[in-house]
Amino acid sequence: MSEETNNTVNVWIDGNTYEATPGENLLQAVLDQKLDLPYFCWHPSLGSVGACRQCAVMVYADEEDERGRLTMACMTPVTEGLRVSVEAAHAAEFRESVIEWLMENHPHDCPVCEEGGECHLQDMTVMTGHSARRYRGNKRTFNNQYLGPFINHEMNRCITCYRCVRYYRDYAGGTDLQAFGSRARMYFGREQDGVLENPFAGNLVEVCPTGVFTDKPFSSSYTRKWDLRSAPGICMGCSVGCNTFPAERYGRLKRITNRYHGEINGYFLCDRGRFGSGFVNEETRIRHPGRRAEDGVFEMVAVDESLQEISSLLSAGGVLGIGSPRASLESNFALRELVGVDNFSCGLGAGEARATLRTLEVYDAGAGQIASLSDVEQADAVLVLGEDVLNTAPRAALSIRQAVRNEALQMAEDAGIPTWQAAGVKDHAQGHKNPLFLVTNLPTGLDDISRGCLQGDSHRIAAIGHTIAHGIDERFPDGGIDDALIEDVVNTLTSAERPLIVSGTSQESAAIVEAAGHITAALSACDKAPSLLLSGMEVNSYGAALLGGCDVDVALGRAAEGKVKTLVVLENDLFRRAEPALVEQALEAIENLIVIDVIDGATADRADWVMPAASFAESTGTFVNYETRAQRSYEVFLPADEIRPAWEWLAAFGRMKWETVDDVSAAIAGLPQFAAVSEVAPSADYRTTAHMKVPRQPHRASGRTAMTADVSVHEPKTAIDEDTPLSFSMEGYNRNQPGGLVPYVWSPGWNSNQSVFKFQQEVAGPLTGGDPGVRLVEPAGKNTDPVYDVQPVQSEAAGIRLFPAFSVFASDELAVRSPAVRERAGYASVVLSAADAEVLGVSSGDGVRCDVLDVALEVEIEDGVSQGCAYVKWGGEGVNRRLPADSVELRHDPGYQKPVPTVIARG
Amino acid sequence: MSVELKPLTGRIDDVGGLVSLEAYREAGGYEAARRALTEMTPGEVQEIVKEANLRGRGGAGFPTGVKWSFVPDVEGRKYLVCNGDEMEPGTFKDRYLLEYDPHLLVEGMLIASYAIGADQAYVFLRGEYHEPYRQLDAAIRAAREAGLLGDGIFGTSYALSLDIHRSGGRYICGEETALLNALEGKRANPRTKPPFPPASGAWGRPTIVNNIETLCNVPGILSHGAEWYQDLGIGEDSGTKLYGVSGRVNNPGLWELPIGTTIREIIEVHAGGMMEGYRLRGILPGGASTDFLVEEHLDLPMDYGSIQAAGSRMGTGTMILMDDSVCPVGISLNLQHFFAQESCGFCTPCREGLPWLEQVLADIEAGRGEPGDLELLDKNAAFIGAPGNTFCLHATGAIEPLQSALKYFREDFEEHLATGRCKYRDVMPVQESAG
Amino acid sequence: MSEVEFIEVLSNEEIDLIEEAASHVPDRPSAAIEALQIVQEKRGWISDQSIGAIARLLGMSAAELDSIATFYNLIFRQPVGRHVVMVCDSVSCYVMGCDNLRVAVEDSIGVKPGETTADDRFTLLPIVCLGACDRAPAMMIDDQLFGPVKADDLPGILEQFE
Repeated sequence: MSEETNNTVNVWIDGNTYEATPGENLLQAVLDQKLDLPYFCWHPSLGSVGACRQCAVMVYADEEDERGRLTMACMTPVTEGLRVSVEAAHAAEFRESVIEWLMENHPHDCPVCEEGGECHLQDMTVMTGHSARRYRGNKRTFNNQYLGPFINHEMNRCITCYRCVRYYRDYAGGTDLQAFGSRARMYFGREQDGVLENPFAGNLVEVCPTGVFTDKPFSSSYTRKWDLRSAPGICMGCSVGCNTFPAERYGRLKRITNRYHGEINGYFLCDRGRFGSGFVNEETRIRHPGRRAEDGVFEMVAVDESLQEISSLLSAGGVLGIGSPRASLESNFALRELVGVDNFSCGLGAGEARATLRTLEVYDAGAGQIASLSDVEQADAVLVLGEDVLNTAPRAALSIRQAVRNEALQMAEDAGIPTWQAAGVKDHAQGHKNPLFLVTNLPTGLDDISRGCLQGDSHRIAAIGHTIAHGIDERFPDGGIDDALIEDVVNTLTSAERPLIVSGTSQESAAIVEAAGHITAALSACDKAPSLLLSGMEVNSYGAALLGGCDVDVALGRAAEGKVKTLVVLENDLFRRAEPALVEQALEAIENLIVIDVIDGATADRADWVMPAASFAESTGTFVNYETRAQRSYEVFLPADEIRPAWEWLAAFGRMKWETVDDVSAAIAGLPQFAAVSEVAPSADYRTTAHMKVPRQPHRASGRTAMTADVSVHEPKTAIDEDTPLSFSMEGYNRNQPGGLVPYVWSPGWNSNQSVFKFQQEVAGPLTGGDPGVRLVEPAGKNTDPVYDVQPVQSEAAGIRLFPAFSVFASDELAVRSPAVRERAGYASVVLSAADAEVLGVSSGDGVRCDVLDVALEVEIEDGVSQGCAYVKWGGEGVNRRLPADSVELRHDPGYQKPVPTVIARG
Repeated sequence: MSVELKPLTGRIDDVGGLVSLEAYREAGGYEAARRALTEMTPGEVQEIVKEANLRGRGGAGFPTGVKWSFVPDVEGRKYLVCNGDEMEPGTFKDRYLLEYDPHLLVEGMLIASYAIGADQAYVFLRGEYHEPYRQLDAAIRAAREAGLLGDGIFGTSYALSLDIHRSGGRYICGEETALLNALEGKRANPRTKPPFPPASGAWGRPTIVNNIETLCNVPGILSHGAEWYQDLGIGEDSGTKLYGVSGRVNNPGLWELPIGTTIREIIEVHAGGMMEGYRLRGILPGGASTDFLVEEHLDLPMDYGSIQAAGSRMGTGTMILMDDSVCPVGISLNLQHFFAQESCGFCTPCREGLPWLEQVLADIEAGRGEPGDLELLDKNAAFIGAPGNTFCLHATGAIEPLQSALKYFREDFEEHLATGRCKYRDVMPVQESAG
Repeated sequence: MSEVEFIEVLSNEEIDLIEEAASHVPDRPSAAIEALQIVQEKRGWISDQSIGAIARLLGMSAAELDSIATFYNLIFRQPVGRHVVMVCDSVSCYVMGCDNLRVAVEDSIGVKPGETTADDRFTLLPIVCLGACDRAPAMMIDDQLFGPVKADDLPGILEQFE
């Protein structure tokens, strides 16, 4: 934040001189040097509050001063010549005392605690040397609360560091987790039992320094951290591409934790990402090649036979391949190679493909800088155009929240308050916010921090966008919307230093993206430095779009015309992509449908051949996020049964010569738009220090023989990974590697996730080996001229048009199959305009039925919805049909009964 | 005339009870405010208070005029907040002023608000003070009706709104930044400094927090001048001070005396000396959070510097006497119970350390002490009590009486440990620990 | 419970008083403590329902308000009797024998600190220094202060509170 961050000062710590940033807090400066200093309440993203008093050091006035003064490092700004001792006996004894105080009431239940082995409190206890207990009083006890399907609550373990509420309330904007009571009876929880509402609540698991908040699905099939095998993963939940540590034991994906990325997710994930990978462990996953027999039932087929038969089907010609935005670049590319670019579809529906290609065009125009999430957090004014970010790219919404808080940091800086002084900043700023404007279909989860909201359908949203662009610079065409708020938006954006425009493809509207592009160009033309975040719908929407090929509607059209004999569908449920009637027509017209997928679905149900594809946790691949950043996600464990990475099946169908992921990547990099892919990840022969591979298991992993002792006492041979520089075992060296190759964080004395600072260049800075990923679109020039025309508003079709409303828990095809996420997804409902509700004779809470859906929907009524539009919120059963759907009929369902929610708040 | 010698309580003496608005004005009340608002600039008011060397009467003793001068010259709202959260055990001085002469505070606040440019002032009043609330509320209403509050006071363009916030309880609210959080309707955890309240206090705006007694000194200073005020004090300090004595004396009570009057005079002359059969063993000179003094200190003047030099603090100036029937371990346990219970729960040493001290003291008092307990108390007290080791000074205040008790009455602690019993027990039942 | 019902928990008088209090502070949540006091004045204590209703009225979450309510010892989150007896246990009163007074009160009304008599007449609570140290040992019943209180005085004092 500070203007002077480029300067450095010299700080003397225990006899050595170090360079540090003036004004930063001393704790952070000590950790920047990779020195050990215990702490609890400080967090790099939450700043300092001075609650735990754990990071005490001695500070000396000058060289003469031998006595020094005990000082809390986290509350002390670094100045030139600061003289500090971490090791001084007085400070060390005080730190030991702090632990002794904290441990008075701690239950010492480490053997049965989920945090054990990766507990920051354990680490700090050992680090300070406290061991023998002297407190003779009784321990306090608390009742725990039911907090929903994601998080356990065990208050007796609490050491009252206040991190949970500071994260949940101040950082994530939640209001239902609070600090209660006072003195030595502090309680952190909800007002009463119930689900923690905030969709970023899962981070409490990592923010809590001990075992108060733990991962509930994980604890139901628990493994110690030291027995987990993990690898650098990419979250499959949306287009943000958050970095994760998926972790496995016994062939089951046990949990997802945050993998620090300095430019994307930082320290935090959303709950869709953290808890939405349960599908990997689904019992009903496709596990063997299968063929539909005469009676319509699938039969298992041996791998060789399936390959032979499919190869012969393919060699008969008339083949069309449909790729997928949720499959890796490698798998999509393999399909493209198999069928030829002319017979390849990128797997995006027509609307989504149009919008996604337009985002690439807007990015490429270069008027705005493509915003990483760390860029988002620097913005001083934000306009969201058309995107319900919290539900379509959740982690980005958390960053927008931080952008809005920047005003407080600015005010603090003006008042001479260090920006890391979290409580001082908050007390001083009193809720002053940077401006955020939202133009969306429906009210969103960011409305609480917005300065103004406008609602409308996608046509109106685009028109509002164009009106704003025109307001900024008259050269741009006018959308013709008259609303007082628009002037405020224009004035705010043009007076901001770092305005951010957020939009995306969820409306399947190229017009909205065009408007966003025009606003950016207009701002750029008036010498602003706007940045731009255009979210896609899925983890690899951008990769798929960049691969080219036609959209799904075109592909299906061709099939429906009888031009296709064999259709190969890669990790894609066509019924979610295109009008069901069109899909039906196409499937009727073809002879063979070959589906390669991780999970079953409506399309797989219709297939003649089904091939089991590896999930992200069982395969290595490259994914392109909304920034066009290509990132490598690594296989955590070998897939069971006959599951293989999809690209391997496709390579086998086509008898292609690729043996490793590197081979496929090298081929992809041959395409000009993907040239940078060769820099995304080191090749399989990369070795770290001492010519070692990077181990997926930590050095303390145990039980290699014990794990299978019920079968054989002999140690099983460790699998060899030929695809990547990672080993499947504990052998190797987890240091000094490129940032994208960190499979877990662990450092001597630091068993918890707090050890991440040992893997960073400086605290909260880039990873030591660089933040992973390479952007594929790096605009060469900067076009600030108008490019697009305002699209005339199409005349509305008769009847009601049904649109999707997005939901962090219900909308993602894979995540909603995880039991915990499904529990949070609720039940299906529809948002209507008051006028339509009146016509239908329904009011809030009533049920309606729709001719094109087979679920009942509960009615919600919203003022901002225009007549003729209705928005469906999918529930835990997931997406029922592709939307939008035109001219649907809704009718009152008098027999509707609100489904009993799966989550019942106890107490 | 008594007002000139006893600017805080003289009017009450003269009237012989509650001073009404009429009586207050008859005695020259609100004339100081009129002069300040109509004839002086805010800067001049600050200057005279600075010159008078008025120091904060809440305990810290910071020069009031200097504090006022920290308010930056910025546009927008500024606040004056009167700290009426009289919760320091042993202290009952502000209650007296409010119950009998509430207009003195209203006038003091009017002048102080004008001096710092505040247009909104609050009295933060402790919740248990029902009668003081009734009197102050009535006084504010009367002043409002008389045009002494509100818009255009004394025909000037100056406007002041004065409201009372009744506290929901908790000793920590007396800490000025915790008080601001409470005033804002939040949990009363003390705040980080910086920002300091004069720069950014209530609702993030410049705010001055002054004690009731401090503000009640302001009208007198404006009426009679800085020099008069300086001359009222005996030693270095200026003005009079409300001194109080509680404990086994013949005449417990409260007196306005020149600041710097000796402890001996206060106890022996004004409080009538110890009750027959009781010997003075210890003095908490300025409330529960000050170090014990003992007999050898009786001739010290009760002023900021002298008491500090003797290793304690004048604090609120209302002293609690421990006589020879009181167990030093028991009183220490009582004090630590209080401070542990009143911890806001924010920082570790205070929240977890004080209950441990309480638990060890309870063991010692009950004859369950163990060898090493005194060293444990010493070590923990040193770590918990050193200013800066905890977030605010609550724990420092808790440790002051404990460390001094361990120093002056150590033989009592040792005897408990050696004999496994409390010899005072026949005199006074043992307080059970809330543990 | 729906939002509308939440508001209905409060009487019009309570709502008016809370609105009046909110008009004296810059934002509505700042009136939280006053609002709690207003409702407690009428009802004796603050129920979960009251928390929900007040929070809604002030535009905050129930958890936020309860976080505040549970900090302050004079906000009662559990039912109390018709009269609250508070016996000072701070240092001046300790010196003057407050433990004896407390025991005498316990014996008189038959409950321990933190408890309420079976007939809901009295709740006994410990309280910190009441600022009546020259009248130690002191106690307070509702808004009336008594001191110095000797055990013999108790029946006469207690009978004033039915």
